[in-house]
Amino acid sequence: MASANALPQTGPVRFWDRLNISTKRVIWAWAFLAVPIIFYAGIRFYPTFQAFWLSLTNWDLLRPAQFIGFANYQKMFADPVFWKVFQNTFLYLIIGTPLSLVISFVIAYYLDRVKVMHGFIRALYFLPFLTTAAAMGWVWRWFYQPVPIGVINGFLSSIGIAQQPFLRSVDQALFSILIPAIWAGLGFQIIIFMAGLRAIPGTFYEAARIDGLGDWAILRKITIPLLKPTTVFLVVFSSIGFLRIFDQVYNMTSNDPGGPLNATKPLVLMIYQTAFSSYQMGYAAAQTVVLFTILLIVSLLQLYVLREKK
Amino acid sequence: MTMASTKELAANSRDIRPGRIITWTLLLIGGLIMITPLLFMFSTSLKTSGQVYDLRLIPAAPTFDNYIKVLGDGRFMQWFFNSTLIAVTVTISNVFFDSLVGYTLAKFEFRGRYFIFLAILSTLMIPTEMLVIPWYLMSSQLGWLNSYWGIMFPGMMTAFGTFLMKQFFEGVPNDFLEAARVDGLNEFTIWWKIAMPMVVPAISALAIFTFLGNWTAFFWPLIVTTSKELYTLPVGISSFSAEASIQWELIMTGAAIGTIPTLLVFLLLQRYIVRGVMLAGLKG
Repeated sequence: MASANALPQTGPVRFWDRLNISTKRVIWAWAFLAVPIIFYAGIRFYPTFQAFWLSLTNWDLLRPAQFIGFANYQKMFADPVFWKVFQNTFLYLIIGTPLSLVISFVIAYYLDRVKVMHGFIRALYFLPFLTTAAAMGWVWRWFYQPVPIGVINGFLSSIGIAQQPFLRSVDQALFSILIPAIWAGLGFQIIIFMAGLRAIPGTFYEAARIDGLGDWAILRKITIPLLKPTTVFLVVFSSIGFLRIFDQVYNMTSNDPGGPLNATKPLVLMIYQTAFSSYQMGYAAAQTVVLFTILLIVSLLQLYVLREKK
Repeated sequence: MTMASTKELAANSRDIRPGRIITWTLLLIGGLIMITPLLFMFSTSLKTSGQVYDLRLIPAAPTFDNYIKVLGDGRFMQWFFNSTLIAVTVTISNVFFDSLVGYTLAKFEFRGRYFIFLAILSTLMIPTEMLVIPWYLMSSQLGWLNSYWGIMFPGMMTAFGTFLMKQFFEGVPNDFLEAARVDGLNEFTIWWKIAMPMVVPAISALAIFTFLGNWTAFFWPLIVTTSKELYTLPVGISSFSAEASIQWELIMTGAAIGTIPTLLVFLLLQRYIVRGVMLAGLKG
C-alpha cells in the first residue's frame, strides 16, 4: 500500500513542479473546460450540423438516411399546410408581441410609482409567469367551454351576450390561444420594464420638471427614448417566444393538435407532428432549418438596432 | 440616497390625489384579473363533481377529496417525483458547470479563451426545436429514450448560465484569488472555496431559473418519454386528454398540484426571483 502510494507520486509531482505558474494555470483552465467542451461539441454543435444534413435526406426512422438534395424544401414550399402554418406563426407574432408589450409597459409605468402594497400587486401580475402551460391549458380550455361548464360563456350569457365557440371556431381559436400566451408572459415583461424604468436617472426627470414639462411630455421625450435598450430586448425576447409557440397550442387543442383545420397550428407544432407523429425526420429537419433562419434574422435585427444607437 | 428620498416624498404627496387612488385601484383590479384563472383552478379543485357547474369562486363545501384521489393514484406521485428529481439534478449540474466555465473564462488567461467564449455564446442562436431531431436520433442509438438521463442531458449546461456567471466572476477582485494562491491552495479549491461564495446572488438566480425552467419544461420531455412511468408532471397532466370522460374537478386538482410547487418557490424566494429576472434582463 505504502509503496503503491509513494511510487506514482514522485513522477507526476516532479513533472508538475517543474512547470512554471502560468503553464500550470493554462493546464487547469483546459481541465476545467474539458467536460463542457465535450458537452457543447456533442450536444450543441454536432446536432446543429446534423440537423442541416438531415434536412437534405429522406430519413424516416426505418431506412437509413439518403441524400435527396433540396427535395424536402421543395415539398415544404409547395405544401399549402406549411403556408397556413407560416401565416399562423406570424399572426401569433404580429398580434402577440405589440399587444403584450403595450399592456406590460402601461402596467409597469404605473406600478413603478405605486408605493402602497407594491410587492403584493407586482406578485399578482408575476404569478402567471410561473405556471406550466400543460396545467394552465386545461384551466383555459375549461374557461372556454360552452355553458353550463365554461366560465367565460357563463359570464357572457349572464350579461346577455350570445355564446361564443372560442376554441371550436376556425376564426376565434387562434386568438383564444393567444390570450393565455400573452397572459403567461406578461409578468416577466412587466418586471423587465420596471428594471429599465428604475435605471433611468432621477436627475433627468427633475430637469424636465424644472423645464416645465408635463407627465405626457416627459413620457414621450425622456422615458420612452431612454428605455429603448429594454424595449428592444423585450421585442426580440417576446418575438422569439411567439415564433416558437408550442406548449399553449398543444395543450389547448390536444384532441386535434393545431386544429380546428390547422387554424391554430404554429411552425413548431408542425415540426413536432412531422417528426414524431408521421416520422418524416428529414422533412421535419428542413422545417427546423426554416425556423432557425427566421430566429436568426430576428436576432441579427436586434444587434443591428442596438449597434445603431451606440 | 437624497434623490430617492425626494422622489419618495414627491410620490407620497402625490399619492393623496384622487388620480393616484384610481390608478392604484385599477392596477389592483388588473392584478386580480391576472390571477383569476389560478383562483378558479384552486376553487374547482376543492369542489365535488356535482358542484363543478356552480361557477361561484368560493366552494359551498370545500373538500380535499380530489387531492386524496389524485395523489392516491400512484402515477401522479411518480410524475411529481420525476419532475423534482430532474429539476434538482439539472439545477445542480448547471450551478456547477456554468459557474466553472464562467469562472474559467473570466479569470484565466490562455490562448483560445475568446474563441471558446464565442463558441458557447453562439449556441444561444440555435433553437432547441432544431436540435430535438438529432437528440432523438442520438438517444435512440444510445438507449437513452425513456430514461431520466434522456430527459436531462440536453440541459446539463446552458450558454445563458455560463454568460451570467462569467459576468459576475469578472467582478470578483483578483487579489483574493492571488492571496489564496500564495497560501498554496489549488485552482479548484480557489474556485470552489473562495470565488463561489462571492457570487452567491448570481448562483441563487441561476438556480431558481434553472429549477423553474426545468419544472415547467414540456417540449423535449414530451418527445423523449413514451412510457407513463417516466413522464414529468407537465407531460403527465397534458396526457389526461387521452382519458375517456373529462372530470374537470380532478383535472383542476392535477393542474393545481403541478402549479403549487412553483408558487411556493416564488412565495419563499420572491425577492430573489424578481431581482434575478431583472439581472437576467439587464445582462441580456
